Amino acid sequence: MSQRPSWQEPPTFGGQSAKGLTLGGVLLVVLVPLWIVVLTSLSTKGAINRAGGLVIWPDGITFEAYKEMLTDPTVRTALLVSLVITIVGTVISMVVSVLCAYGLSRSGSFGHRFILVLLIITMFVSGGLIPTFLVVTGLGGYGQWWALILPGAISVFNILLLRSFYASTATELIDAARIDGGSDWRILWSVILPTSQAVNAVIALFYAVGYWNSFFNVMLYMPTESERWPLQYVLLTYVNRGVAMPGMVNAGFGMAHTQTAPLSLQMAVVVLTLVPLVIVYPFVQKHFRTGVLTGAIKG
Amino acid sequence: MKEGLSWRGRLRRDRSLLIMVVPAVVLLLIFNYAPMVGVVTAFQYYDPLTGLWDSDWAGLDQFQQLFTDSRFWESLYNTLYLSFVSLILFFPIPVVLAMLLNSVLSERVRNFIQSVVYLPHFFSWVLVITIFQQMLGGAGALNQYLRSHDLGTWDVMSNPDTFALLVTFQGVWKEAGWGVIVFLAALAAINPGLYEAAAVDGAGPWRRMWHITLPGLRGVIVLMLVLRLGGALSVGFEQFLIQREAVGHEAAEVLDTYAFYYGIGTTNYSLGAAAGLFKSVISLLLIWGANRLAHSFGEDGLYRK
Repeated sequence: MSQRPSWQEPPTFGGQSAKGLTLGGVLLVVLVPLWIVVLTSLSTKGAINRAGGLVIWPDGITFEAYKEMLTDPTVRTALLVSLVITIVGTVISMVVSVLCAYGLSRSGSFGHRFILVLLIITMFVSGGLIPTFLVVTGLGGYGQWWALILPGAISVFNILLLRSFYASTATELIDAARIDGGSDWRILWSVILPTSQAVNAVIALFYAVGYWNSFFNVMLYMPTESERWPLQYVLLTYVNRGVAMPGMVNAGFGMAHTQTAPLSLQMAVVVLTLVPLVIVYPFVQKHFRTGVLTGAIKG
Repeated sequence: MKEGLSWRGRLRRDRSLLIMVVPAVVLLLIFNYAPMVGVVTAFQYYDPLTGLWDSDWAGLDQFQQLFTDSRFWESLYNTLYLSFVSLILFFPIPVVLAMLLNSVLSERVRNFIQSVVYLPHFFSWVLVITIFQQMLGGAGALNQYLRSHDLGTWDVMSNPDTFALLVTFQGVWKEAGWGVIVFLAALAAINPGLYEAAAVDGAGPWRRMWHITLPGLRGVIVLMLVLRLGGALSVGFEQFLIQREAVGHEAAEVLDTYAFYYGIGTTNYSLGAAAGLFKSVISLLLIWGANRLAHSFGEDGLYRK
């Protein structure tokens, strides 16, 4: 705990409690819905019936919904699709972005101003939704996996952020490596990357979250092939919109089951889309505070 | 860098750097620049079967059709209205939250609160809206409570009248915490000596906030306002796409969803492209105008003048 500076007035009871109540309220607004969702996914059918729907106080805990969800072919496929898209997409995005960011990080290098302008223009001018759709489908992207990854694979903002970090890497290190006869590839690999792990991790997280959360590309390029949908689209269709899942005649998601309440099954899908974020988040979150992001906001 | 090298020499020297940039440039050329050329579809009667090069020219017909379509004006009105409501209600929250957080002395408490409020930024809109549906929808926690106490029902999620407030609240829930980051950084950059000097001179907490904290935040606030004004026509597309069905187009149709439903839903690509182009042009003008406004207030805006 840092010390209250001596010149500051002693805290008043009213002020402190107003502050505490406000911040406590903010925490509750974020956490209570998550608590209710998680608890409902873990509740027995009886508990859900007694509560008349969502469960707010623990009252009979079971993992049945998760067991059932993970044996459901639609959810299993969707989980696999989401994981593969996220991993493959993040690798592609990172490789392209890191190379581009380093390639542009040396001031005075050939053409770097022109290429920088080329990049920045895309932040402010875009062809719009329809022309992009026409380009992707014109290249035969309809129903193709690459259409879910490549059109949004790089974010110029992220590249600029990486670039400003690479550019601030101590020039002595780079010069030393060059005197030793290292090529730019060598410098990138053994000088830049090891000294910029925090920012690389944060950018990788941004890309990964983007892929994990994306559903609109599916809506554009793969709207009818339900056996290839990622998790977000399954969540949208079967939970948010309450469409019946394939193979379950005349019933909503989970209706055909007897052991588990449909609601807890739906909430289990919600939790499933959350889990990877909650696993990765703590590893990266500490970097948010270290000013990794703010440096780039002012260009 | 060494001066006096010929451009050939510099090209040879920086060859590997240029090769590194190639993949990104190729992706941008295909997926960002080619669509900019594709904007010409807005001036055609585009037919996917005949293709871009052979479709008939329409001149400004598509725009004429656009500007006589009451649904287009409805979506423009909704976009501006939703932008305005969210600007007024959303914008101050991260600033206030940042000042509150900054005044918390215990680092552990502060880090905990930050971790919690940043989290929803990483949720997808599908997830956020599903959670809201479970809390405020017809079968959600709120109505569950109202029903069990015989208070009637109030389906917030499909009520067009309160839709603007609902989407603003969703935006606040998801993004206000994340929005704190920039303001916290600006607060950390204020010289603590200023506060001490002011306190010694007898300025109370409110006067210090007014004369030190707020001026210290001014630059960032103006920058954020510029960005926000520039994006006034880009209210969250996915957020509205998901909820348009439940609320109806009267309240939830915005320019982006209009372009999507007309362009792709009814395969009227040229009309959709025209709506998109209209939006892009106005957005650019807004950014330019907002940036000029910032400069005229003596602030940096997007770049230093």
